[in-house]
Amino acid sequence: MVENRPWVTYLTHIMLVVGVLVMAFPIYLTFVASTHTLPELLDRPMPVLPGSHFIENYTTALTSGVKELGVSVGRMMFNSLVMALGITIGKISISLLAAFAIVYFKFRFRMFFFWLIFFTLMLPVEVRILPTYKVVADLGMLDNYAGLTLPLIASATATFLFRQVFLAVPDELAEAARIDGAGPVRFFFDILVPMTRTNMAAMFVILFIYGWNQYLWPLLITTDESMYTIIIGINRMLAVGDDFAEWQVIMATTMLSMLPPVVIVVSMQKLFVKGLTETEK
Amino acid sequence: MAEVLIKDVKKSFGKVEVVHGVNCNMEDGEFIVIVGPSGCGKSTVLRMIAGLEKITAGEISIGGRVVNDLEPAERDIAMVFQNYALYPHMSVYKNMAYGLKIRRMPKAEIEERVQKAAKILELSEFLNRKPRQLSGGQRQRVAMGRAIVREPKVFLFDEPLSNLDAKLRVQMRLEIRRLQKRLGVTSVYVTHDQVEAMTLGHRLLVMNDGNMEQIGTPIDLYERPKTVFVAGFIGSPSMNFLTAGISADGTAVELSGEGSLPLPDGFSKYGGSEVTLGLRPEHIIVTEKDSPIKFKVDMVEELGADSLVYGYFGPENTILAIRVPGTVKIEADMNLQLTCEPQNLHLFDLKSGNRLEV
Amino acid sequence: MEKRVVFRHPVLPYLLVAPQIAITLIFFIWPASQALFQSVLQQDPFGLSTEFIWFENFIELFTTPAYMDSIKVTAVFSFSVAMLALTVALYLAVQADRVIRGGMIYKTSLIWPYAVAPAVAAVLWLFMFSPTLGIITYALEVLGYNWNHKLNGTEAMMLVVVASAWRQVSYNFLFFLAGMFAIPKSLIEASAIDGAGPARRFWTIVFPLLMPTTFFLMVMNMVYAFFDTFGVIHMISEGGPAGATMIMVYKVYEDGFRALDLGGSSAQSVVLMAIVIALTVVQFRYIERKVEY
Repeated sequence: MVENRPWVTYLTHIMLVVGVLVMAFPIYLTFVASTHTLPELLDRPMPVLPGSHFIENYTTALTSGVKELGVSVGRMMFNSLVMALGITIGKISISLLAAFAIVYFKFRFRMFFFWLIFFTLMLPVEVRILPTYKVVADLGMLDNYAGLTLPLIASATATFLFRQVFLAVPDELAEAARIDGAGPVRFFFDILVPMTRTNMAAMFVILFIYGWNQYLWPLLITTDESMYTIIIGINRMLAVGDDFAEWQVIMATTMLSMLPPVVIVVSMQKLFVKGLTETEK
Repeated sequence: MAEVLIKDVKKSFGKVEVVHGVNCNMEDGEFIVIVGPSGCGKSTVLRMIAGLEKITAGEISIGGRVVNDLEPAERDIAMVFQNYALYPHMSVYKNMAYGLKIRRMPKAEIEERVQKAAKILELSEFLNRKPRQLSGGQRQRVAMGRAIVREPKVFLFDEPLSNLDAKLRVQMRLEIRRLQKRLGVTSVYVTHDQVEAMTLGHRLLVMNDGNMEQIGTPIDLYERPKTVFVAGFIGSPSMNFLTAGISADGTAVELSGEGSLPLPDGFSKYGGSEVTLGLRPEHIIVTEKDSPIKFKVDMVEELGADSLVYGYFGPENTILAIRVPGTVKIEADMNLQLTCEPQNLHLFDLKSGNRLEV
Repeated sequence: MEKRVVFRHPVLPYLLVAPQIAITLIFFIWPASQALFQSVLQQDPFGLSTEFIWFENFIELFTTPAYMDSIKVTAVFSFSVAMLALTVALYLAVQADRVIRGGMIYKTSLIWPYAVAPAVAAVLWLFMFSPTLGIITYALEVLGYNWNHKLNGTEAMMLVVVASAWRQVSYNFLFFLAGMFAIPKSLIEASAIDGAGPARRFWTIVFPLLMPTTFFLMVMNMVYAFFDTFGVIHMISEGGPAGATMIMVYKVYEDGFRALDLGGSSAQSVVLMAIVIALTVVQFRYIERKVEY
């Protein structure tokens, strides 16, 4: 700050703290709710301080879930994990390969493929849900991991990021490798991929969150409870209606569902920010 | 035997021809420098030798083998790039070992070669460091190390010293020369810096605008430049050029109405021709005697051992540069008389720029 | 755009792009063209006959009050989300940019909400506003106001807007911070020397230079509000009560999967596609021109 007025700095800090608190409040409340028993919650107003049933609620959630649901939160978290990792690893792999081909090779249809992939940038899955559902159903991929992950690997954000990264790699590096005797495949694995490690990590963070938080698609694809992802699971738990919902378990589940993405964002903050800002260009 | 033979090599990009026919026979162990201004095609020629550019016409052979259709890795060459092109994520050791690893050399042999090269280049203590932890000069040495371990038939250098500061450049220049002498490998070196060229090469190949102007030893190029371009390119400060005419009998060269200077024997066949007269700054003599070159001093640069004097001559106020010993005191606005020994006069045909030979 | 070094290989490049192209074709191009195709068909519910009806589906769409309402709802919704998220984020970013100490902590504490799924964000806010045991509902009751978003359309809209915006604040905050970081300190110092106070400096220098970022975020927020908020709507209101929160993407789902009106739903998909493409094109065009300082 240019001026040296200490009270303004205090004010700034105060406003920021207020902002942080307001943003954090819903989460805090959820956590509180996850540590009480249902009767305690239903007794209005609900308590605002954490209760003592933390272990009990979380164990129930992880091992058996809510009564009507039929599947444990543990199982659902596993499903979410498989889906998120599947999307992340799948997307990064095919994007690396496709970006490599488009940047470093001259072949017919190169530009055509480029525009084809570019086209996918523009249309999120929500816009093509019906026919994509039909395709997946026809391929027999309903209610399984392939159906959950494959359609979401299609879009091209990662390809574009890697293309940009590859374009920035100095030509001489490839020439030196060529003189050293490295063919395209060697060049790719020995040199290009290690050089783009940070970008891959950044992409990993972003894609994992994207995959973990998917809603519409798993909703459509999974009817068998054992294949529910945790996000869908929460919805199903609430479906019994406000009055009968086992709020304490639901809130515990909610906390659990937020855990992996939040941990990743906080611990890999730099990579996350990098991934976000660079893909959106 | 690692001779490099370049026969009538041309290069076109699409319809545009950028290299118009280069010829050169390099002997085994020779250090050839291809020198010329930016865009003259020297890097293109080097890259054609390396195999990084396709040869449009002509033939290149290395060690007796025609290499036109061979991949760079098959030509048994090694290259040092201007930007070093070191693999950033690999240690110095791995950088140097990479090419050998691909060729499936046994580990022990790789170790031996890398250690040997590291010793020669004084890199032994840096073997485990990554390129970003090294200085520019050290990186350049790693790039050279990568070339040395391959024990190739030819070394190719693409302006390797351009990214270094002046002092380091002088130092590395000497190192490269020593290295080449020690290893005795045929080397082709590209640069735009004529000082570098003169000090490094056994022979120089001067290029301009895709054309091969002249090839010869540094002294050859200095004493007997074949074209105006070469004459102006070699030597610093550059040669002075004046428009002039040869007297009818070919014994003197006349300077636009100011008088004439005597020529050596043998120019009678060029009597009456219009020429470009070239005078090197270091060959121009300040004289007491009456002389056709009347010179008005504009500026003096005192460099210590020598001074460079710039001034005007003649009806068109042509700028001339002369080099005098530091002990001679010259000041601005002085009027001097200049002359030059006949054997130091360089005469070029006015239109073609080619040297007039006796 | 072009690299100097290119490999030439007869087969390899095709192999490399194959996975991406295959997935793109199967799960993207094919369905998208299906949507286009079906939008000009009418299928009877038993799937026995299909009729090619050109743009009738579209005409019907735009003359149905329910769809027009949906468009209105979507406009109100996305605009509100964008405005709310942008202003809060901008304010916080400006504050955060000022502090030297502790900047990192604030940054961390303000960006993690992005990791929360929109659907989960919905649950959090739903919980707070639940007519049965929501704590804010209780507070409002004490003040004499009965909150029930299941019955009151405006309340439902407010709830989904807040739940959606909550998460986007982090996203916008990040980009605003980055944008402000890119403004050279020397500009601000120069204007301070010229005598401009902090408010003036903000409006005359910082804000205009943030324009590209703001524009970019506006588009991204709208795309988010159009599509990623499906989960929010589904969790909280399912488009109700009485269509008050029926945003267009939700309607596609409703009509397609619940009402099984394939033609109408496909037509709606096509309309949405057109909107996204338009937004993306605008975005790209502007980005091309933005690097003009």
